[in-house]
Amino acid sequence: MATDVETLTFRQGGVHPAEHKERTSGLPLEVSEPPAEVAVLMVQHIGAPASPAVKKGDRVSKGQLVGEAQGYISAGVHAPVSGTVKAVEPRIYNVTGARVPAVVIENDGEERWQEGLNQPRDAERMDASHMVEAVQECGVVGLGGATFPAHVKLNPPADTTITDAFVNGTECEPYVTVDHRLMLERTEDVIDGLRLIMRMVGAPNGWVGIEMNKPDAVEAFGRALADEPAIRVVPLEVRYPQGAEQQLITAVTGREVPSQGGLPLDVGCVVHNVATTLAVREAVRLRRPLIERPLTVTGDGMERAGNFVERIGANLGDIIRRQGVREGTNQIILGGPMMGIAQGTSEVPLVKGNNCIVLRRGAVVPPQRHCIRCGRCVDHCPLGLMPGEISIACEERDWDAAVELGMLECKECGCCAYVCPAKRRIVHLIKFGKSELRRRRAQRKEGG
Amino acid sequence: MEQTNADMQLLVSSSPHVREPDTIRGIMWQVVIALLPAVAMSLYFFDLAALKVYAISIAAAEAAELVCLKMRGRPLAHAADGSAFITGLLLAMVLPPGAAWYVPLVGGVFAIAVAKHAFGGLGNNIWNPALAARIFLQFAYPVQISLSRWPAPRVLWGAAHDVVTAASPLAKEGAAAPLSYLDLLLGNGVPGCIGETCKVALIVGGVFLIARSIVDWRIPLFYIGTAFVLTWLLPTGAHARAWSADPVYHVLAGGLMIGAFFMATDMVTTPVTRRGRIIFAVGCGLIVSLIRRYGGYPEGVAYSIVLMNTCTPLIDRWVRPRIYGSTTPKPVPREA
Ligand code: SF4
Ligand code: SF4
Repeated sequence: MATDVETLTFRQGGVHPAEHKERTSGLPLEVSEPPAEVAVLMVQHIGAPASPAVKKGDRVSKGQLVGEAQGYISAGVHAPVSGTVKAVEPRIYNVTGARVPAVVIENDGEERWQEGLNQPRDAERMDASHMVEAVQECGVVGLGGATFPAHVKLNPPADTTITDAFVNGTECEPYVTVDHRLMLERTEDVIDGLRLIMRMVGAPNGWVGIEMNKPDAVEAFGRALADEPAIRVVPLEVRYPQGAEQQLITAVTGREVPSQGGLPLDVGCVVHNVATTLAVREAVRLRRPLIERPLTVTGDGMERAGNFVERIGANLGDIIRRQGVREGTNQIILGGPMMGIAQGTSEVPLVKGNNCIVLRRGAVVPPQRHCIRCGRCVDHCPLGLMPGEISIACEERDWDAAVELGMLECKECGCCAYVCPAKRRIVHLIKFGKSELRRRRAQRKEGG
Repeated sequence: MEQTNADMQLLVSSSPHVREPDTIRGIMWQVVIALLPAVAMSLYFFDLAALKVYAISIAAAEAAELVCLKMRGRPLAHAADGSAFITGLLLAMVLPPGAAWYVPLVGGVFAIAVAKHAFGGLGNNIWNPALAARIFLQFAYPVQISLSRWPAPRVLWGAAHDVVTAASPLAKEGAAAPLSYLDLLLGNGVPGCIGETCKVALIVGGVFLIARSIVDWRIPLFYIGTAFVLTWLLPTGAHARAWSADPVYHVLAGGLMIGAFFMATDMVTTPVTRRGRIIFAVGCGLIVSLIRRYGGYPEGVAYSIVLMNTCTPLIDRWVRPRIYGSTTPKPVPREA
């Protein structure tokens, strides 16, 4: 194993939680049986919700647009199966817990693709704008959990120059192993996707950033890229949140994304994770809409763990029952344990951003005590904030102080609360503070 | 056995869903463990006199903690988190071995009830409770603390010293010839407060806490370093004693070691940033040097730390980490 490889990393903060990846990292991706029914949410991305393009009783083909994007920062959603629209009704969006409109489709089992979709085409003849259109048409969003519409990132404003395009293969959240599997099983396709992205944004440099807990992936890319000077594989230190865009960019290029709303493109960078890169590739080369996604199913509450390709809109409860829920399971996390969302019910449809299901037994919330000012949260915040003090300001509803301490910069990575010996719910308080502030600002705008 | 969904009681909580195992209680009891070598040595040097002070001080602190928690409607279990125990222990360690029984009693209660709970309890106190109590006792019982004839410590080897007439090897008058570095390092026959004399034991405990990431090495290093440099360089007065300009003597004698490793490192009363802690420690070193060199008081460790404790909120306001990306210019102006 290549343990003596020199690794790069970001500059400040970070933690190293137990990885828990060994259970699934060696299990190849399996394509699951399509479910009998899917519920496709109109909100699965950052930006404006899509609007239903079909109605009850309609017959739909696989890949057909069932929710139309509303505006530029939005994404269309497509039928993951062929069948009949059973209802257009609210379902729970597992990221926010809110009910949003969903198109419920009964699967006819025919797997009948819509005409013209999922057909190879000559991508070499497509120009950048044509390719970006394909990505937009296929409803591709960031599949690492951020769910930002991919076509927006791939179409930087005319006055910016993108020099570096990244595949983010860090997968720094504990438990998650799908990107690892994709990197091993589809190395060439990932590289192909990155090449397409480099063409779209005009970036001369390509990077594949991989944490060194996946030495086999580093090796696979090293071999595949031996004759490709424009694309380099970068082994990264195993350190959370190495996979956050900002931390990855800093580790590789030394540049820092500007604070106060700066974007990677401000420092000439565009970052996509592995699954997104593949979805971009399939949109361009095959005109295949995003209707399925890879997912790690694991945790000590899961009888049979694994990596699966699931249809969007599948019911979470059906997946975990299929894999077996162990007695004593009391928590379902969608995403990893550092940033994932604990679900109040297992009966929620999968959305594009779900990369992992963690079932935990005997999970408890440790009792919270007063901050003892140990400073660990400050030392470990990758963004140089004062998390403990921000959380106290939020408790006291002193929003000015919270903002001054950097609350709006916080990416909710969880490092601060992870290390806090007082077990303070820092991230919870910061999330609350941000939403309160948004609400108040909106009110003020209306009022004035 | 597999579960159906209906029997699953789901725990909904905010991320992160995993936490490092360290707790307040764990940290506090590790500090107690780190103090044990020094406690053991002090029991050898000062015998039952020291044991009595320890017992009364800790009992007073814990009793006061229980009463205050009860009055403030806080969980009584917090009295077992080790924080009051440390306060009682540390207070005893900076009291003279011959202190009358009421000195640790009053001190322990003052530390917990006034210096800690009156300010809002653990996490809100401004001053290190043990040191605040030490200073309070200094004023309340000046004779007990400073002028009484302290019992002579037992020696590890060599002839027993006479009953010493000075409270500390740093006393400006009265003490006999200065002690050797080795004696000072081991506490061999060194007069002083109960827990401060054996430097080796204190260093061992301090290094343990640094290794456990409970103490930031910056504080002892910069505190002792600053005191070393300044006691060396600051000009001495006309009536200076032989060791006045000897920085090694200053570091090894008196309460600097226990202060630098165990009191100036108290999390609650020191800055939360690394740079802030350096400023804090340098400030402590500066104050202790000025007091020792130009003040009328031979020690100064307690005052230096409590004074810098007072400055801590200010330091935390001014010294903050650099926010990621705040120095990168934004090439494209965009609406946030
Ligand atoms: S959650 Fe926010 S405040 Fe806490 S460590 Fe991450 S960025 Fe810093
Ligand atoms: S880690 Fe927790 S206890 Fe320590 S300073 Fe931060 S909020 Fe306070």
